[in-house]
Amino acid sequence: MTDFSLILANLFSRKLRAALMLVAIFFAFLIFGVLAGVQNGFNNIGGSAGENRLVTINKINFTQPMPIAYIERIRSVEGVARASFANWFGGYFQEGKNQVVTFAVDPEFYLDIYATDYRLKPEDRAAFMADRTGLLVGAKLAERWGWKVGDRIPLSSNIYTNRNTGKQTWDFTIVGILEPAQENADTSVAFFHYAYFNESVSFGKDTVGWIVIETTDKALNTDVSKRIDAMFANSPAETATDTEKAFNQAFVGQLGNITLIVTLVVGAAFATILMIVGNTMAMAVRERTKEIGVMKTLGFPSARIFKMVLGESLLLALLGGLPALAAAALLLEMMRASVGFPGLALTLDFTALGIVIMVALGLLTGIVPAWNALRLNIVTALGRQ
Amino acid sequence: MTALISIQNGAKRFIKGRETITIFDQLDMTIEAGDFIAIMGPSGSGKTTLLNLLGGIDRATSGSITFAGQRLDQMNEGQLSTWRAANVGFIFQFYNLMPALNAARNVELPLLLTSLGSGERRKRVETALKIVGLSERAKHFPREMSGGQQQRVAIARAIVADPRMLLCDEPTGDLDRKTADEILSMLQLLNKEMGKTIIMVTHDPEAARYASRVLHLDKGRFVEQVAA
Repeated sequence: MTDFSLILANLFSRKLRAALMLVAIFFAFLIFGVLAGVQNGFNNIGGSAGENRLVTINKINFTQPMPIAYIERIRSVEGVARASFANWFGGYFQEGKNQVVTFAVDPEFYLDIYATDYRLKPEDRAAFMADRTGLLVGAKLAERWGWKVGDRIPLSSNIYTNRNTGKQTWDFTIVGILEPAQENADTSVAFFHYAYFNESVSFGKDTVGWIVIETTDKALNTDVSKRIDAMFANSPAETATDTEKAFNQAFVGQLGNITLIVTLVVGAAFATILMIVGNTMAMAVRERTKEIGVMKTLGFPSARIFKMVLGESLLLALLGGLPALAAAALLLEMMRASVGFPGLALTLDFTALGIVIMVALGLLTGIVPAWNALRLNIVTALGRQ
Repeated sequence: MTALISIQNGAKRFIKGRETITIFDQLDMTIEAGDFIAIMGPSGSGKTTLLNLLGGIDRATSGSITFAGQRLDQMNEGQLSTWRAANVGFIFQFYNLMPALNAARNVELPLLLTSLGSGERRKRVETALKIVGLSERAKHFPREMSGGQQQRVAIARAIVADPRMLLCDEPTGDLDRKTADEILSMLQLLNKEMGKTIIMVTHDPEAARYASRVLHLDKGRFVEQVAA
């Protein structure tokens, strides 16, 4: 027997109580781990953005279109190396719940600008250029639906109507698979020809959702942005130009302040757990007053008993928290595989933070009972006076 | 025989509100090594308080307590803990075993305060349980044992570290006559065969008969001394 086995025996002397406390701590850290992973995912949304990439949108907001004619004027701005455009299709496959992030794009320049994000076989690129109904699908998306090159698939839009058929569906031929060229590249997307979209769309013809610009030097980003926005000032569709990273994060920002949500939810969970575990630990130690008195009588020094009681609450926090972080990492892995959200992961930073919080929880909940045990008078404890 | 533990001019007072309660005052006693002393007396006579002072778990208000030349009254808490672990075995009325530990682990508890390795500790536990006749109950938890068996485990725990002195506070107070006699015979055996000095507080004259000396304490004074 060691002090550790003694701590373990005391901790599980009331099995149901210990199990309930462990479950409470487990769920608190599971919430922490998953929310931390989700936050990490959102933080990384702008991660694949090129440093010299700008995005121009309608100044009102990104849901408002801009004339396609803007693209040529932007390409003529000093400091612009390349410019391309895309339009949100609002796609889904077969049923509305099967969302497919689909963009109608300017095929050539769009793929050039995103060549650092996606790898595409030259023959697939050639096939895409040659086929107006061609569809490029990201590797994760293809894996999710079992799609392969050559498949004919219908994609529907929850915004647009195909005026050729009167339905909201367009037929596509998968001509290539987009493989990730970097860690944060999102391969759960699909691209198709803007021309195919534009010729059949029932409204919004000759307009685009956003324009992507590659500057000749990232140092010129601010100047180029100002020039572009000045060019369209006082027009019916004024523009707002910013870096792609800022654009992506602003897009996510519409979902709310994720950090604040994480902090509030985790904070509330921890405050509750702290009170429950703290109170239960204090009760457990109080119930063992006589046992602690006996240990002191046998010659156990007060400092050693203090360490053992504190060790008990620390062990409780770690036994509940560490499996929870492992479960959160596993859950995030499954979520990442199923929704193709590249940044969903429990990072080393958050794991370390989780462990620090566990230790703090253990110390906070154990310090008062441990202090009481330290100061416990033997005669009083044994009720012998 | 030589004096193992003695109290000179011992006093113990408690302050309760504005009142000072004197448990005993100017108390002198000497216990020889190898003695088996029974301390008897009415409730509130100070028996248990005296036992607490002799065991170093309470402090006298004044006077000196000497154990084999060491002044207990001059030791700090840490020194007293070390002294208790090395020299005293305690046996309580209600056994006070750890409910989360089986018999063997309860007996092993005082050995965690020694530098003995796990193998040596296991041997000592086996020996102690054999002495009290509970080898076959080593894996049983206190809740799975009778009162007599629990008290025997408590005795094994008290002797496992081979202390020189055993302090027993009403060791048979919770047991039936037959079991009480078994426990008292065991204590007598430990005294005679193993040379343990035993100081036992009891209300029970039958139990006191097992001791070699009986001290009667009343209102903080020894009123008579009877040879058993």
